[in-house]
Amino acid sequence: MSALAFVLNGREVEIGEAAAQTPLLDLIREQGLTGAKEGCAEGECGACAVLVVDADGRPGKSALRVVNSCLMLSALAAGREIYTVEALATNGVLSDAQRAMAGAGGSQCGYCTPGFVVSLFAEQHRPDRTGPCEDEALAGNLCRCTGYRPIHDAAAALGAAPDGPLLRRLERAAPVLHAVSVGGFSRPATVGECVALLAATLDARLVGGATDLGVERNLRAKTWPHLISVEAIDELQQFTSTPERVLIGAALPLREIGERWRDAPDAVHEWLTLFGSPPIRNRATLGGNLATASPVGDGAPLLMALDAVLHIAGPSGSRTLPIAQFFTGYRKTALMPGEMLTAIEIPKPLPQSVRFFKIAKRRADDISTVALGVSLDVDRGRVRRARWAFGGVAATPLRVVEAEAAVSGGPWNADAVARVQAVLDKTLRPVSDHRGSKEYRLEVSKSLVEKYYWELQS
Amino acid sequence: MKVVGQPLPHEGARGHVTGEALYADDLCGRFPGLLHAWPVLAPHAHARVTRLDAAPALEEPGVVTTLTAGDAPGEANTGPNRHDEPLFPDEVMFHQQPVAWVLGETLDAARRGAARVAAEYEPLPAVLDIEQALAAGSYLTAPLRLADGDVSVLESSALRFEGELRIGGQEHFYLETQAALAWRDEAGYIAVYSSTQHPSETQEIVARVLGLPRHAVTVECPRMGGAFGGKEVQANASAAVAALGAWKTGRPVRVRLTRAIDMAITGKRHPFLVRYAAGFNADATLRALRAELYSDGGWSLDLSEPIMWRALFHVDNAYRLPAVEVVGRVCRTHKTSQTAFRGFGGPQGMLLIEEVMAQAAQRLALPADVVRSRNLYREGQATHYGERVDDAERMGTIWSQLKSSSAFEARRAEIAAANARSAHVKRGIAITPVKFGISFTAQFYNQAAAYVLVYRDGTVQVNHGGTEMGQGLFTKIQQIAADTLGVALARVRVMSTRTDKVPNTSATAASSGSDLNGAAVADACRQIRSRLAAVAAGMPDGEWREFAAVCEAAYRQRVPLSASGFYRTPDIHFDPRTGRGRPFHYYAFGAAVSEVEVDGFTGAYRLLRTDILEDVGDSLSPVVDRGQIEGGFIQGVGWLTIEELLWDEAGRLATAGASTYKLPSWSELPPVFNVSLLERAAMPHVIMGSKAVGEPPLMLAISVREALREVVAAFGSGVVTFDSPATPERIFFAVQRVRALRPALT
Ligand SMILES: Cc1cc2nc3c(=O)[nH]c(=O)nc-3n(C[C@H](O)[C@H](O)[C@H](O)COP(=O)(O)OP(=O)(O)OC[C@H]3O[C@@H](n4cnc5c(N)ncnc54)[C@H](O)[C@@H]3O)c2cc1C
Ligand code: FES
Ligand code: FES
Repeated sequence: MSALAFVLNGREVEIGEAAAQTPLLDLIREQGLTGAKEGCAEGECGACAVLVVDADGRPGKSALRVVNSCLMLSALAAGREIYTVEALATNGVLSDAQRAMAGAGGSQCGYCTPGFVVSLFAEQHRPDRTGPCEDEALAGNLCRCTGYRPIHDAAAALGAAPDGPLLRRLERAAPVLHAVSVGGFSRPATVGECVALLAATLDARLVGGATDLGVERNLRAKTWPHLISVEAIDELQQFTSTPERVLIGAALPLREIGERWRDAPDAVHEWLTLFGSPPIRNRATLGGNLATASPVGDGAPLLMALDAVLHIAGPSGSRTLPIAQFFTGYRKTALMPGEMLTAIEIPKPLPQSVRFFKIAKRRADDISTVALGVSLDVDRGRVRRARWAFGGVAATPLRVVEAEAAVSGGPWNADAVARVQAVLDKTLRPVSDHRGSKEYRLEVSKSLVEKYYWELQS
Repeated sequence: MKVVGQPLPHEGARGHVTGEALYADDLCGRFPGLLHAWPVLAPHAHARVTRLDAAPALEEPGVVTTLTAGDAPGEANTGPNRHDEPLFPDEVMFHQQPVAWVLGETLDAARRGAARVAAEYEPLPAVLDIEQALAAGSYLTAPLRLADGDVSVLESSALRFEGELRIGGQEHFYLETQAALAWRDEAGYIAVYSSTQHPSETQEIVARVLGLPRHAVTVECPRMGGAFGGKEVQANASAAVAALGAWKTGRPVRVRLTRAIDMAITGKRHPFLVRYAAGFNADATLRALRAELYSDGGWSLDLSEPIMWRALFHVDNAYRLPAVEVVGRVCRTHKTSQTAFRGFGGPQGMLLIEEVMAQAAQRLALPADVVRSRNLYREGQATHYGERVDDAERMGTIWSQLKSSSAFEARRAEIAAANARSAHVKRGIAITPVKFGISFTAQFYNQAAAYVLVYRDGTVQVNHGGTEMGQGLFTKIQQIAADTLGVALARVRVMSTRTDKVPNTSATAASSGSDLNGAAVADACRQIRSRLAAVAAGMPDGEWREFAAVCEAAYRQRVPLSASGFYRTPDIHFDPRTGRGRPFHYYAFGAAVSEVEVDGFTGAYRLLRTDILEDVGDSLSPVVDRGQIEGGFIQGVGWLTIEELLWDEAGRLATAGASTYKLPSWSELPPVFNVSLLERAAMPHVIMGSKAVGEPPLMLAISVREALREVVAAFGSGVVTFDSPATPERIFFAVQRVRALRPALT
């Protein structure tokens, strides 16, 4: 297989340098496979969903991951094995997912249906699935017609995955991502190579899961002189948990953080479920989330509450930086030219209490209007350490240090809540936009402190 | 065996789940040499175009040509009635209005070319919302008025109140954006695949722009990936651009709007501003209602006038209004031209009266369901436009059946007790009715034709004027044809909708798709069936055996095996000058009970349970009908809760994408969702005893808004009002307002 090719429904497809930054969806449709459709081009609707054969916790085996092909820049598919809805029926016999959807009234206009079928199929074939298909697996698909009830019923009706070519395929390992270097696109295998490439190619741009870059490509017609994918760098895919710390590779997809960090506090798992949708979490990385420095990003507030330390590699070697010092201005970070994030370290012991709150219009798969990461350690009735870190209330994610001082050393009671709220009144400077008014952002931020207090009591 | 009434899956289901079902833009691969179109979008809400130089676009590699004012051989205007939508405007009327188009070998090339078109503008003052339009006297219509009884009694009512309600619009968000593909056909004329609810009008507009007679234009709608009213008129412009491009270049041209552009340039459900005054008797019956309804029509007329009429027709919802005066007027603003959307003005009219009922209940300290039920229409009563509400007793039946099947009273008591124990998380429950008039209010639209072809092997093709957008029309048509002809379902194929099969069709809209087209198809099938019966009578044993054998015999006897059918809705009329008539063939009824939970700390809510009882007559296709009810309901929930259209000060739509405009997802589906169809509900004089089901269920979602109101009330005291949509932010502040005393921290 050439460096820039992938296998689509069992057939090799050449990407071609010119198409390296074209959304994979376009490439697939140009092959005459029009089941995957563009519904939004923003990773929101799942009409473009396809299946990627990916490594799995089980050695030597693999799993199917749903990804939004509208966001996946084609070059990122290099060396991968991908299946579309067209591959799911075998010799004209519908797969379970297809039969269930068709029989239950799960399709009306049918435009969203291939995407739902793909998500359902992956969920039915999830190796670690016990019990029924989870509704949550479909949270990355939108349907405007059905109101979801019949799709829910279709999901509930699925049993264990029956034997079939794709199930058998998962008994073998996923393709290993090889290093790639062609005009305009590289996929180095080590941090050293990556840093060298960054130094050599001044206008190069790193890419992780492309869930932000893909949107830029589609909405603003953005293209880049040179993209460097960090996906093939083992070091960036690591996950280790020791008594001293948890270390998360900067390019580890969010889904895997949840899978690997089993004994994480509930707040971490809640935070992950509130972050985007399954296809987004199959691709999105913490490195991308922090580097993009969105003021409404969900990564920073929780990581700030956990006192995370960022590992950075660059032309002059490696360094670490507390996350509170990382965001320097609107969409600006402390990364110097040529630097990259390699890992996120969370020191242990973890705080006694940690919570993540997300305020959004829609409960699932929405961007935060306000996010709050909070942690608290209380010793013999006195607050030893507190963190209040907000998203959506300033130009950057904001750790409100004055609010920590307002409570530390004293008891955690209603007065303490009021003192934190008084600090927030003075320090938060939210703006109004389509997600919420500044008044709401401020008031709800204060209210969340109370909610945290109240929930801790009860 | 009869197939009508059987719970069959959607006729297209297999194609949907395999990805084999093709939509307009999936057909691109069939057209070598296809060109792609990208618009040049104006960066002002209102401006004069002072210079437009498209030539630089041609320097961009891959750009083939541009489309500008001089290119249309006919009239470059796509406005359906008033011809008020220039395709290449010299005055920009809304932010992002296309002023020219670029055609390229690839979409990227066209897009790059569009960026190079040199356009200069002189910005003009813009009218950006209803208040500004009222201040500026900016209207698209004269005031429309319906009145009945003596409204002056309002002043002397035992309870009298007035208020103002802002109702947000709604983006259709059909999953398939506007799409058209046009090419020169074998005769040199123009053929178009269009994702349109109204192929005949699309044909008319294409013919107008190209200066061609209509027989030169063939429009085919393969199927749509959703429409909801958004492709009734608004599909025309995309088709016109594709056709003009094909006409100019001789090459096939594809227009497919990206989601961002689709949302920025196509019309939406009308935002409304309503001012009202209501008077109630001490027994909670409504005495008089006076209201002014203003809609934000956007820059051109579109369907805004009949939409306002339907709002005025539906200010009664299911309630008897003894005295009423309602005046509606469409405002002209510098926004997209708002258009049809499931319910067609009805939802906004009904939201007004439900607001009034809810407030009356609060002011009279009565349960809202009591006030509502006291005002429901009784048998023999007529609406404020003089149409008798036939079958009004069905409303009462639905009300009491639903209350008991949903255990309404018991749950309300349980909720009240639970709320008393929970300071910060509370629940609420509400029941609301729906009565919705079925028929196009433009009388001439209430007609349909069909053309049914039977082949010698006994298989059948059915052509009719209706389009399939997911609502299951083709499934119902297939069932009707199969039963009327007396053949198995598998023998009947429903063909895609083409203007060269059935001419002069009406839009598939107003929930009337199966009423009209189903009746026309049945008419054609009956003709064929009776001819075949005569043939069969003359066969050896004088009776039906094999359908195919009868067809073959008929052919040999030179009996025609095709027929066209026709249907016109009887006995409907309305006089806009007097505001009296019988605009609707009948009413669809239903009711819903919804229960929600609100977190007082954040305003976040969850829909916990919904029970619906809907009158669909004798259901033609229960799976389809249930799908319409559930889907319509959830779409209504979106409109009333999380779907919020916001424009910035420049008039730019700030929510022009799926990441900023949130439609219901999985998380909005209530965990308990019971839907039942009213039993023994056959509807006389409608196809096979059925009733329309497309639009009415949307308004069942008002039960969710009212349940939210109940919860907010439980947080404190005072009259609870909030504008629509009831976003978490609005609920948060509504809770803050009623919390006279915030519960002290413990
Ligand atoms: C539908 C949808 C839902 C979303 N929901 C959420 C949500 O709920 N919460 C939220 O916070 N975000 C959300 N996002 C935003 C996005 O998914 C996250 O920001 C994601 O974590 C970005 O990671 P990525 O790997 O895809 O980034 P990419 O798009 O690959 O890159 C983003 C930026 O980071 C840079 N970058 C990537 N990796 C590195 C590295 N190792 N070192 C330095 N720079 C790097 C890139 O150059 C680029 O500038 C959503 C996005 C979509 C499309
Ligand atoms: S097109 Fe909507 S997620 Fe890709
Ligand atoms: S069936 Fe139409 S969007 Fe899902």
